Parts: sequence; C-alpha cells; structure tokens
Amino acid sequence: MTGPRRERALVRPHVVTGGRAHPSRNTFDVVTVVMATRENVAGLTPEKRRLMELCRGGALSVAEVAAHLSLPISVTKVLLSDLVDSGHIVTHAAVPYTTRPDIKLLKDVLDGLRARL
Amino acid sequence: MGSALASDGVYLRDTVRTAVKLLIVGHFAVGKTTFVGTLSEIRPLRTEETMTQASASVDDLAGVNGKSTTTVALDFGRLTLNDELVLYLFGAPGQQRFTQIWKDIAYGALGALVLTDTRRLENSFEVMGLLEELGVPYAVAVNEFDGAPTFPTEELRDALDLLDETPLVFCDARDPGSSTQALIALVDYLLTRTQETV
Repeated sequence: MTGPRRERALVRPHVVTGGRAHPSRNTFDVVTVVMATRENVAGLTPEKRRLMELCRGGALSVAEVAAHLSLPISVTKVLLSDLVDSGHIVTHAAVPYTTRPDIKLLKDVLDGLRARL
Repeated sequence: MGSALASDGVYLRDTVRTAVKLLIVGHFAVGKTTFVGTLSEIRPLRTEETMTQASASVDDLAGVNGKSTTTVALDFGRLTLNDELVLYLFGAPGQQRFTQIWKDIAYGALGALVLTDTRRLENSFEVMGLLEELGVPYAVAVNEFDGAPTFPTEELRDALDLLDETPLVFCDARDPGSSTQALIALVDYLLTRTQETV
C-alpha cells in the first residue's frame, strides 16, 4: 500500500535538473554565499528564473535559497552550479576547509556570540 | 529591489564574506528546533532532502532494485556575528539512518552542540556516536524541561560517558541568553582544543 504523498511541486526534481543528480561543480556547501550578477534571465528554465529572481534581492546561503524556493538542497546545488557556469551567479567561498579550524575564525565567532549577551 | 523578502531582513549584509556553521543535534523532541528558533535572527527555515537508499531487505523480484526514499527535514537559522561573519545553526535529526545527510551538513562544520533531556539521556548515545565517527567535536547541553529531574553534573557526565574535556552545560532552549551561553561554551571548547593541537 502506498502512503500519502507529500509533493509540493508538480514537476519532479529530476526534471528541474535535467535528469542530473549531481552538480557540474563540487564547490557548494550549504553555507556557501551566492549572489546574482546578471539581470538577463533570457533562455533560463522557469526554476532558474525563480532562483535568479530570489538572488537578485541580495546575498543568501545555498541552504536559504533551497528553503525559500522549497527545493531540496541537492537540486538547488545543481541549478546553482549551472548558473555559475553561465555567469549568472557568483559565490563567496565558504570557509576554506582544512583539518584544523582557524583560530582567528573561532575567536571571531566567540566574540560575536559574547557580544549578543 | 522590489522583492518582498528584502524588507524582512531576509538577505545577508553585502559585507558578509565568511559563513560558518554549527550543528544542533539530539534525539527526537529534545528541543533542536526551539533552540534554533530562539537564536535565529531570521524566521527559521526548513529545507527537505529526499534520500534514496538501497533497501536492507532483499527482494525476490529479479532485476528490481529495492529502494526506499526518506524525507529528512533540516531546520536552520542564522546569526550575523559581525559585518563580515555569519553563523548558521543547523538542527539535524539524530538517527543513524540519516548518515548521508549528516555527512553533507557536518562537512566543514566547526562543531556540534548535542542537546539532551535528563528523562532520556540514553537516547543521546546514537547521536554522540555519529559525531565521533564523523570527527565532529561537540559539547553537550542539557535542555532543562519544566518538571524534568535534575542530577548533579558528575552523575550526568557519568551517565553520558563523557570525556573529561567535553563540556557539559545546562540551558533553556526557549531563552536566548541561556542558549547563547551554551553556544559560547561550545565555541570556547573548540578554540581551546584547536590551540592545544597547534
């Protein structure tokens, strides 16, 4: 027996991404900050237009883009990487990942949290 | 830019250059979403990830791959710490079967805060085990529910089988000051252990 389905979108995620499960580049983290660089959305799919419309308002993390568009994070990454390839979106590198966290960064986080008290 | 979202402070400041993340984890109904909501400067957001996993049971139907899909909801929030730095808090479900989602979210995370409840301490072992497997450093915060039993710190540490270095703090996930203090204890610990290994 099939349980109740909870699908928000009429179009399935693999249609949105053109059948791909993985992004064309592997540089996106959930907290990578993305911004729109172009106004022109000619030739883009409806999902990409929605994404550009959202991102034109200002900078957001990948996770926020996914949540605002009600898309899974994996699908959002595929769309974003296409848009980076086509020059519509630029990213601010998230934290450079090393095995050892950066002391200055941790101090900044700590100071920022203490300042909220 | 005419967007309805702009007026809500939905977008990041233009000056933000670095985004970091901490995980808020723990067993079912321990207060992860409350904690994230208490501290977030934006209305907490939810994103869903669909996972397809090979089914554990073997199907007799030749050529049919047994697969099941699970939807995992991630709640997250945001705190702008200074003009250039923003912190994201991700509430992640604590079950082993969500390991793939964990790997994606935990990658690059500074650390994790494990929320626990004195009525169900034993339910925290699975999540602590996952963090240890993934190499994510953590602190433990007892979310003090009204009416939940209280125990001396040492008894709690023993019951949770914590390393001497692992911080154990108490918080009320509904209270911003107390929740911020719990994050401070975590980041203070992360800083100390990083300085020690230099």
